[in-house]
Amino acid sequence: MTAADLTLDTLGLFCPIPVILTSKKIKQMELNQVLEILSDDEGIKKDMPAWCKSSGNEFLDLLQEGKVFRVYVRKTKQP
Amino acid sequence: MKEIYLDYMAAAPLLPEVRESMLPYLTECFGNPQSRHGYGAAPRSAVAQAREEIARLIGAASREIIFTASGSEANNLAIKGILAAQRKKGKHIVTSMIEHFSVAHPLKRLEQEGYEITWLPVDGKGRVRPEAVEAAIRKETVLVSIQHANNEIGTIQPLEEIGRTTQARGVLFHTDAVATVGVVPFDVNLLGVDLAGFSAQPFYGPKGAGALYLRRGTRLYPLVDGGIQEEGRRAGTENVAGIVGMGVAAREAGKRLAAEGARLSALRDRLIDQLVGRAALLHPTGDRIRRLPSIASFAVEFVDGEALVRTLERRGIIAASGSSCSADALKISPVLTAIGFPGNVAQGGIVFSLGMQTTDSDIDRVISVFPECVEEIRRVSPIYSKVKR
Repeated sequence: MTAADLTLDTLGLFCPIPVILTSKKIKQMELNQVLEILSDDEGIKKDMPAWCKSSGNEFLDLLQEGKVFRVYVRKTKQP
Repeated sequence: MKEIYLDYMAAAPLLPEVRESMLPYLTECFGNPQSRHGYGAAPRSAVAQAREEIARLIGAASREIIFTASGSEANNLAIKGILAAQRKKGKHIVTSMIEHFSVAHPLKRLEQEGYEITWLPVDGKGRVRPEAVEAAIRKETVLVSIQHANNEIGTIQPLEEIGRTTQARGVLFHTDAVATVGVVPFDVNLLGVDLAGFSAQPFYGPKGAGALYLRRGTRLYPLVDGGIQEEGRRAGTENVAGIVGMGVAAREAGKRLAAEGARLSALRDRLIDQLVGRAALLHPTGDRIRRLPSIASFAVEFVDGEALVRTLERRGIIAASGSSCSADALKISPVLTAIGFPGNVAQGGIVFSLGMQTTDSDIDRVISVFPECVEEIRRVSPIYSKVKR
């Protein structure tokens, strides 16, 4: 459903590291670009929407495929 | 008298270029790599560059490197971190009877805590049979841990074959590679390992700098909780100078490794062949073919290894009686016992580990002095004089 401009692989890493890496990655992206984050940590389900809210970016979707979560975030705020 | 240093396995001098590379990070570039202000920039990029150099040396990606303070810490992190992350899968581990203490001791502790460990025997050359590893793997096996090379007898294990098995069976494979990374060719993908612990020391880097290779995507719990250093797998401000030195040492090791390996192997073989011809009741230990280029090791009958070390030192030759990590424990070598030597012979272990400054004439000197050192000790041995008669 969502076409991502970039993918960030955080497989194997525990929260909050995926969120920290997402925050770093988003900083390098253009406004309105979409980032796909791969994670196998359950914590991502809560942490990513919370981070999007606090950072002012748009949380688009979270898909689960087996043990892997695919999370989509749109950059909607230029820091 | 010039001393001949043949205990490189215990400690090696820093390369001059390693020392030079470290100095700025012990002086003006003291910043914290995690700082977002200007002082953090230089240390941060230096750590990143070292990570790349070290990853390149072992055929890994830089994000697969976790810095630690030693090879022992890396091995502990590998074992304890994987078992904690895989608790739901099972509690069975396969290992060998001749692992370094930094693998054997954490596993013994885990055994007391309810984990089940299969300790595989080795043959007379100190080799683990890959078929035995395969046969030991069960549904609840979470980790296979087999050293790459033994620091006491020099034997190199058939990791490629074991790696094929663990990959086929979906079990994580850890290797203690302290004796081999930077010393012999080591490629994580050719060997099929998922985790490898190593340190900077054996390739002329600083003490206090080690690393764990962790295959991308593998879940691992930290031993040290705290900040987000090493992507949350090892908290604590980075040992910047040590890491930088390790990076330069890795770069230099990659350039030097093939030629130096061939040079040392020739010296090693001459030392082994000559000593066997000159001293009675002397047994070379380990595999003669698949072995570390730097290690000539023996078990000497009717001689105490520690006494031999002291006698050699009086004649200007520095060697070890076994693993330096256990020298003070004064126990009979578990490695020599595991490869089949009875206790009284296993007490007579002697290890010469060669290195960059070892020359042909050093080896000549050992060959000429060694037999008289052995005789000197045996002369005062009541058992030996009885046997001789």
